[in-house]
Amino acid sequence: MEHLELFFKSIFIDNMVFATFLGMCSYLAVSKKVSTAVGLGAAVIFVLAVTVPLNWLLDQYILRDGALAWLGPEYADYDLSFLSFILFIATIATMVQLVEIVVEKFSPSLYNSLGIFLPLIAVNCAILGGSLFMQSRDIQTLGLATTYGIGSGIGWFLAILAIAAIREKIRYSNVPAPLRGLGITFIITGLMAIGFMSFGGMLTGGDEEEETTPVAEVAPVKEMSKEASDELVLTTNEKE
Amino acid sequence: MGLLSKKDQKLILDPLADDNPITIQVLGICSALAITAQLKASIVMAVSVIFVLGIGNVVISLMRNIIPSKIRIIVQLVVVATLVIIVDQVLKAYAYTLSKELSVFVGLIITNCIIMGRFEAFALGNGPWRSFLDGIGNALGYGVILIIVGFFRELFGSGTLLGFKVLGDPIEKTGLYATGYENNGFMLLSPMALIVVGLIIWVQRSRNKALIEEN
Repeated sequence: MEHLELFFKSIFIDNMVFATFLGMCSYLAVSKKVSTAVGLGAAVIFVLAVTVPLNWLLDQYILRDGALAWLGPEYADYDLSFLSFILFIATIATMVQLVEIVVEKFSPSLYNSLGIFLPLIAVNCAILGGSLFMQSRDIQTLGLATTYGIGSGIGWFLAILAIAAIREKIRYSNVPAPLRGLGITFIITGLMAIGFMSFGGMLTGGDEEEETTPVAEVAPVKEMSKEASDELVLTTNEKE
Repeated sequence: MGLLSKKDQKLILDPLADDNPITIQVLGICSALAITAQLKASIVMAVSVIFVLGIGNVVISLMRNIIPSKIRIIVQLVVVATLVIIVDQVLKAYAYTLSKELSVFVGLIITNCIIMGRFEAFALGNGPWRSFLDGIGNALGYGVILIIVGFFRELFGSGTLLGFKVLGDPIEKTGLYATGYENNGFMLLSPMALIVVGLIIWVQRSRNKALIEEN
């Protein structure tokens, strides 16, 4: 049950693209055709599913405060968490290299169509972001970390698939000239993100949707107390 | 600007407008959108990127002749990651609440496409001084968009700028609020960041027709 909940939460509520804007660069650059979008999306799912559990192990047994206790009691005081950026990115870069070799061997056509974007998965924010969110949200077990990785990957896949399909069709519409290409893609993504916000109440029946979207954590102004933000919600509700 | 030649000035000034990393080159969108709900966070992010890109470009440029091209991505990542760790530790030490608000997005500067993009496109082929100027210029171009988006989102979303209540007090109904004005809470939500950037692109491309894409 826990797994199922985390799985759907990471696909819909905490969607990588629509809730946290991760991996936007490749999302915008590779979404011109559905077929390449599918290839990149699949690669992202795979890399996330492998790197998030790997980084979970690193975090659990090497990096976090007191994680080195398994080496002996004299190591129990070490806190290496400041090294997490560099270790996480090293794991990711290695994995991406591996995926590149495998794809080149087994599917040269996919390799050619992905072109430069395969090495760029290493610098795709969605991959590093997956590991960093795994760390900051304090995911408890290896199984949950794997579920989280796969779920976020599928969420990203869905997002790029949807935008690629829309962009293929929008070619036939009459978009204002200055908005063509990049501009309209931004605005469509914004509208899709508004749509995805409606998933916010899926797991809790709407009670906790304030907490579930990570951007809401960033959003409230610093000194705004809980009461003040409640009041804000009340006033906006009154207006309706 | 006697210090800089025409060519050097171009390196700094171009990315501010017609070769802007966000609106034209489409790089570094990821972190640009998520943290712009407040002006203060946008400014801190912009300064961090200026630091990382300025120094990183110089380091990569100095090492450009000794990096084997096959492992250059890993070398670049290590350089950026080191610089970002410095930024992260400084923020944690001197601005703890802000670093909590920025959460993972400081770490995500590592994978900010602007940084890798400039390393690949410029620092690997140019000397340290020019690379430094290019890094500063591009990071400034990124910062300008961040600050514009942050300005509008904070002003319309919570009626404040850098935490100061510039439009009056929404609860006691002073200033502009006395006329019945309400904050638009929607501006604080993530989708509006995308739409605001979309509008900036619209304005920029209407002013400069040469930038318009085919479809």
